[in-house]
Amino acid sequence: MATQHSRAAARLMISPAVILLLLWMIVPLAMTVYFSFLNYNLLMPGAHNFIGFENYKYFVTNPAFITALINTLVLVGGVLLITTVGGTLLALLLDQPVWGQGIVRILVIAPFFVMPTVSALVWKNMFMNPVNGLFGWIATSFGFAPFDFLSQAPLFSIILIVSWQWLPFATLILLTALQSLDSEQVEAAEMDGAGPFARFFHITVPHLSRAATVVILIQTIFLLSVFAEILVTTNGGPGNASTNLTYLVYAQSLLQFDVGGGSAGGIIAVILANIVAIFLMRMIGKNLDA
Amino acid sequence: MGQITLSKVVKRFGDVEVIPPLDLEINEGEFVVFVGPSGCGKSTLLRLIAGLEDVTDGHISIDGQDATELPPAKRRLAMVFQSYALYPHMSVRKNIAFPLKMAKMDQAEIDKRVDGAAKVLNLGDYLDRRPGQLSGGQRQRVAIGRAIVREPAAFLFDEPLSNLDAALRVGMRLEISELHARLQTTMIYVTHDQVEAMTMADKIVVLQAGRVEQVGSPLELYRAPRNLFVAGFIGSPRMNFITGAEAEAHGATTIGIRPEHISIVPEGGTWTGKVVVSEHLGSDTFLHVDIEGREEPMTVRGDGEVPVRHGDTVQLSPDETKIHRFDAKGLRIE
Repeated sequence: MATQHSRAAARLMISPAVILLLLWMIVPLAMTVYFSFLNYNLLMPGAHNFIGFENYKYFVTNPAFITALINTLVLVGGVLLITTVGGTLLALLLDQPVWGQGIVRILVIAPFFVMPTVSALVWKNMFMNPVNGLFGWIATSFGFAPFDFLSQAPLFSIILIVSWQWLPFATLILLTALQSLDSEQVEAAEMDGAGPFARFFHITVPHLSRAATVVILIQTIFLLSVFAEILVTTNGGPGNASTNLTYLVYAQSLLQFDVGGGSAGGIIAVILANIVAIFLMRMIGKNLDA
Repeated sequence: MGQITLSKVVKRFGDVEVIPPLDLEINEGEFVVFVGPSGCGKSTLLRLIAGLEDVTDGHISIDGQDATELPPAKRRLAMVFQSYALYPHMSVRKNIAFPLKMAKMDQAEIDKRVDGAAKVLNLGDYLDRRPGQLSGGQRQRVAIGRAIVREPAAFLFDEPLSNLDAALRVGMRLEISELHARLQTTMIYVTHDQVEAMTMADKIVVLQAGRVEQVGSPLELYRAPRNLFVAGFIGSPRMNFITGAEAEAHGATTIGIRPEHISIVPEGGTWTGKVVVSEHLGSDTFLHVDIEGREEPMTVRGDGEVPVRHGDTVQLSPDETKIHRFDAKGLRIE
């Protein structure tokens, strides 16, 4: 990129890719924004009149909105908590030299390869079902009444299912970070009189902070839009106890055929994602600086 | 405080015996250097003393107390690692204070000791920086600072200067020697560099394949190496060895003569040869001389102004009183 000529050539060369990406992003976003200002319901064909912020007002004042907002945040927070803490502990365990380490590691990664709908259905029918599920069977064989996870604690059940899917990802990234920890540092701490717990909190945890930041940021992106697990298990219910923003948008636009309202919800979800991103970067973004 | 005794210490990794039974006495206040080629077990020996490796057999006692089973933290030893092993996420102050914090010392005392160490090591201006912002020499000093605040019974150094450039290494060598003179604490220092060993040690332990080849002061080792290995390892450039008829004339299988004990004479020398390389260092000149009947060129030290160039023919004559004689097993003949 030395001369003006080569810089110009470089810009020309990358422009098709940049333009394609830009269109790919801008066109759907612009259309969503456009639809969100229209009175556009599939049940009333032909009537596409402009109604300003009416859709937004309708979506935000919907009593389900606040519940969905809180559910979204609880879902994201809960899964992040379980996966980072659990992932760190699992990584510590997998870092120990054991026989059959390679196979164990592959097994640990396996849940990540199962698609969300399948794993959610497996959890729903084979584990959490009070009659046929494994948990119900364990409870009854000890003489307890089986616990109906999906109707008694729907959001918690979904957090559990989603955590199970994302735990391998967190474990894998944290494990590689753990393996890059300089053993002389650990030995130095040992000589300095730090016990196992002091070594973990003073040496290992700070070393893992950057990897944990990456885990949290990447997971947040995907967790804000959890949908399949809710659709196949609780359908957002009972009531709207397990409805998150994504599911609410789906309900609005595809169950009530309100394209305008759904679009407005989508835009609100985008804004919320950005707010969450800003807070996250404020909180943990400094860990990414070298 | 700071007497360390190793008796019949053995270390095996699986079936591989890294250290065969080894006895060693390190006296209080001594500066002991373990020196040997890489892979000779010197670092393993240091780690055994530190408690970072378990001994397979034998005993280690520190100040008369059996320390074989003690965890590293209880041995009152401080170690400086080759990679410095500073905690990257802590400031210099916190790094130095870490062992004291782990010992649950009160904050006022910690501050006092950290400031004291910073003053000794000229780290005052860097206390609030992170290790990543320091140069190699400064990091080295922080690592030493972290060791001295604990006021340990002995310091262990594991090749601490090998990551520094040549000029800095000479400086740090002096600083460590000065530190030893001031603290009068036992120091055990591992290196593969015989110059570091010669310049710093009170006592050198030459190791090969886990065995102690010779223990002695630098000059003892220089004057009377016990075998061929020590003779070849101590002294720079290395000693010239001569075998065959010439050695037999002295009643030995091998004779050794150091480059500095050979002089260039105008005529009537013992050997005549052609100069292959002449290295002019200013203070000295090292000549590598090809002599007929010898595979390796002979190294000779002349003074800095020797007017000899590549291709010149020179006559050499050894100082007969400085010839070392070795028998068929490579042991010294007195």
